[in-house]
Amino acid sequence: MLRYALLRLLGAIPTLLLVIVLAFLMVHAAPGGPFVDERGLPPAIEARLDEAYDLDKPLPEQLWRYMVRLAHGDFGPSFRYTDYTVSELIAGAFPLSLRLGAAAMALALVVGLAAGILAALRSNSLADRFVMTFAMTGISIPVFVFAPVLVLFLAVRLHWLPAGWSGNEGPARWILPIVSLALPQIAYIARLMRASMIDVLGSDFIRTARAQGLGTVAVVRYHALKPALLPVLSYMGPAVAAILTGSVVVEEVFGIPGLGQLFVRGALNRDYTLVLGIVIFYAVLVITLNLVVDILYGVIDPRIRRR
Amino acid sequence: MKRFGGILVLIVLIAFLGPLLSPHDYQQTNFDNILLPPTAAGMHWFGTDDLGRDLFVRTMLGVQITILVAVVASIVSLVIGVLYGAVAGYVGGRVDAVMMRFVDTLYALPFIFFVILLMVAFERNFLLIFVAIGATNWLDMARIVRGQTLSLREREFVDAARLTGVSTARIILRHIAPNLVGVVIVYVTLTIPQAILFESFLSFLGLGIQEPQTSLGTLVDAGVNQMQGASYMLLIPAAMLAVILLCFNFFGDALRDAFDARQSR
Amino acid sequence: MTITRIACLLLACCVIASCGDREASTGAPTVLHRGLNTDPESLDPHKARSVQAGEVLRDIGEGLLSYSEGGKLVPGSADSWQVSDDGLTYTFHIRDNARWSNGDAVTALDFVFSLRRLVDPDTGAFYAQLLGEIVNAKAIIAGDLPPAELGVETVDEHTLVIRLAQPVPYLLSLLTNPATFPVYRESLARHGDAFARPGTLVSNGAYKLDSWEPGSVIELSRNEYYWNDAATAIDAVRHHVITQEMTELNRYRAGELHVTDTVPPDNFAQLRDEFPEELHVAPYLAVYYYGFNLTRPPFKDHPKLRQALSMAIDREVLVSNIIGRGEAAAYSWVAPGVANYEPRRFNYASLTQDERNTNARRLLREAGYGPDNPLQIELRYNTSDTQQRIALAVQSMWRDVLGVETTLINEEFQVLMDNMRARQVTQVFRSSWIGDYNDAHTFLNIMETGNPSNMPGYASAEFDALMQRAAAQVDPQRRRLYLEEAERVLLADHPVIPLYFYVSKHLVSLDVIGWEDNVLNYHYSQHLSLAPADATP
Repeated sequence: MLRYALLRLLGAIPTLLLVIVLAFLMVHAAPGGPFVDERGLPPAIEARLDEAYDLDKPLPEQLWRYMVRLAHGDFGPSFRYTDYTVSELIAGAFPLSLRLGAAAMALALVVGLAAGILAALRSNSLADRFVMTFAMTGISIPVFVFAPVLVLFLAVRLHWLPAGWSGNEGPARWILPIVSLALPQIAYIARLMRASMIDVLGSDFIRTARAQGLGTVAVVRYHALKPALLPVLSYMGPAVAAILTGSVVVEEVFGIPGLGQLFVRGALNRDYTLVLGIVIFYAVLVITLNLVVDILYGVIDPRIRRR
Repeated sequence: MKRFGGILVLIVLIAFLGPLLSPHDYQQTNFDNILLPPTAAGMHWFGTDDLGRDLFVRTMLGVQITILVAVVASIVSLVIGVLYGAVAGYVGGRVDAVMMRFVDTLYALPFIFFVILLMVAFERNFLLIFVAIGATNWLDMARIVRGQTLSLREREFVDAARLTGVSTARIILRHIAPNLVGVVIVYVTLTIPQAILFESFLSFLGLGIQEPQTSLGTLVDAGVNQMQGASYMLLIPAAMLAVILLCFNFFGDALRDAFDARQSR
Repeated sequence: MTITRIACLLLACCVIASCGDREASTGAPTVLHRGLNTDPESLDPHKARSVQAGEVLRDIGEGLLSYSEGGKLVPGSADSWQVSDDGLTYTFHIRDNARWSNGDAVTALDFVFSLRRLVDPDTGAFYAQLLGEIVNAKAIIAGDLPPAELGVETVDEHTLVIRLAQPVPYLLSLLTNPATFPVYRESLARHGDAFARPGTLVSNGAYKLDSWEPGSVIELSRNEYYWNDAATAIDAVRHHVITQEMTELNRYRAGELHVTDTVPPDNFAQLRDEFPEELHVAPYLAVYYYGFNLTRPPFKDHPKLRQALSMAIDREVLVSNIIGRGEAAAYSWVAPGVANYEPRRFNYASLTQDERNTNARRLLREAGYGPDNPLQIELRYNTSDTQQRIALAVQSMWRDVLGVETTLINEEFQVLMDNMRARQVTQVFRSSWIGDYNDAHTFLNIMETGNPSNMPGYASAEFDALMQRAAAQVDPQRRRLYLEEAERVLLADHPVIPLYFYVSKHLVSLDVIGWEDNVLNYHYSQHLSLAPADATP
């Protein structure tokens, strides 16, 4: 068991290194620098700044220095927010993105699964059509379209919900962002669940269960649910990635100071250290998560362990 | 299924032929005619935008480019994915394990970040957009293709080819690949909507198609800003985008159902 | 069924939650909610450089002088000053009751220390050259002298002397700039460069820094030790960082902001109808221009060509149709409204556009271009809706009037700046210049040979000579004449095409009292107050 985990871990390290080097090269390949401004800098001052941030050294040496500091857990100072280090910025932004993403995922699962099961049970009825149409719309309209529309109607016109993030307390300001983020995933999950459930419900062992006199609820709960969930489970990986992508948009639209927004601004500002820090942070996070999931699979299904 | 395929073909036809019907040029500005709602007067069937450019022609151009981007990006991911998956599936053993391990780790990495970095680093040229979008989608394709290849590998005709001394590369290219066509087509129609959405998302960030070209994503993004006063600027391209995505989704679904049915027979 | 029930529950929760918020705010301290377009890079006055950073810094810090809401110079931390006859020595008396936010007294030594830090190259201050005329400042910035050699001294605890190498008539307005604000020495000593954060930042302005969530909001509250605290009406200020203009507008509409930092460029006419009294548009000391790369062909040594391109642009159409927010077309380089100055104009400013077009075509032919030798140029601008619209319009004008084919290249701001500096690939580029102080010098001096902000690479001995002569004048009228002549020379050479002068645009809620538009767009929160009672968020 331990050996299995260690092997997986070792396999992940080269990928991580590759990610770091690639990201570093891309960020530094980007033309323009962090200290560029319409107000020109006197040469002596520009030289000092470059020196302080290692920008005057050749690229391989910069990479080496960066990796050394990284090994000590030091992501470096932010070029743009000179008062803060990258670690502090990430630590401030990540919990927010995490909560947003987790809530959206949870909402997507709950509503998506429920809708999918409902549609499958009442297949071809009005309810089914309704759920499926809704699901299709969720996939076909980009987040950056319906989020502002929602804000316009629910916040600006009707004043039911706050229009922005900062300065508003309470759970109300979470609703629109979470819903916007979850909507496309609800659609995908509902479709997947419905198709899968219809498949499972048509199979022999279900027919046997029903023949034995089990009611629909019991059939679903005890016999159909687990196998039907499999495709949805394997969609979870892409779902998380999709929520990650979506969160960049949602954070932009609602002005939420999360990691996605931090990254975009960092890229546009050529804030090298910040951008690198976020990419590495995410890579480590994802690799760790994958590792945990793999181990869990190994625990649940002994067959995999023996491979 | 035929219905949606038909709609798609119709849309493509209108997109390419439509601009011929209109006297306007897609980049001709007209400052006296800004923000006109759709009217028959002046042949501005979809109205004009904030620079006075005709929206019918621009929307058609947008559809052309959106579909172009999506198709090319899908082809890019197809080529990479098929080659990768076929090689991994056919060679098998250690190589396969390593290759798939690589895919697994890449699978949930924040590609979005790399794409943004790429666009920022290399300044948004047309070609790069295709490559960037294609590069983020090949993983699924690789997995599916590998699975198919694994099962194809055990078939008799492959054995026969191997026994008569055909080289590995040839076997992959001339015997395995043609049999992958079915599965590949199905998945291409499913990745196209993703590619379209991705491009529109890049446009939202300002990293997508650049002026004076336009895409549905750029049009929709501009429309969002005019939502209050000139809602047609949002509704028309958003509706077109939604219809195209829906058609691809339904079409792809139907294709996949048909294909699966054929498989399990 | 359960789904409906859950939905109802959710909705009820929302309503309750938002109700709760509103009730909590009545009877509480007055809070002003302002929009801010982007995070400050830093709240260290020497590291900050953006306009937005200045907005926040002006709330928490104060220089020797300050501005009233109407834009008049008023005493700040200094309550009186004398100027020597030759204009080279300024003596300031620091108020006896000037205090830091922790109660300590603000002394002349604080200012000396801070000004030395400003010019010290190790600090890396963007505005180091602001006070470049102080004795030894230039040498210190270049690294040739230690900062202690700067021509500023204390006579006693409350008296500060600044010695200049050349007269600077606008020195007093320079001393309102946040780069000249004092920094608290002990904080700096204890926390090093990270002193400018909530909890460690000690400042001398009307408000103190409570918290800063990057990307979200900066929270300030009243500094009770401020010498003029009695006149500060508003208890707390929230600067909400909102990068998207549409989002900021939506929040204003929803009643969550009192003041917006700007207004979306789209649908301006509709906004004017919707908020006739809340929309404030005022001239702003900033010019939007297209610059030429003068170091390379086709624009090197071709003034006629440059003039032709300038004349072919219909600035009135740009300003009324394309941008349409009350901007003024620019036929000069220095913005109107600058103190003690009358900007020069292009000699074709009074012609009709048709006449300009005809002349432009003639000039183009004289420069050697025509249908058989068409001109193809590149125009670079930074990614933004507004820049794009203008670029498209200008491209269209150049094509229609002159037959010139322009390729539009849209680059990110950083990239554009790099390219402009390098002068390798640029031909025509978009840029802008915001004045730092209320004097023509802030516009004209960047065009001197070798100035780091001289984007086109303009190098005119005649212009430089006029500027130097102006700098040596003590009499303001004579100085003005030299400056105006310098501008005339500049305009005739056409190193740039000024397109329009900016306007500042804000939506200001009717609950805000005391707001006055001014040409510097400085709006100190301490000069504002909120209408009592009523539903303010």
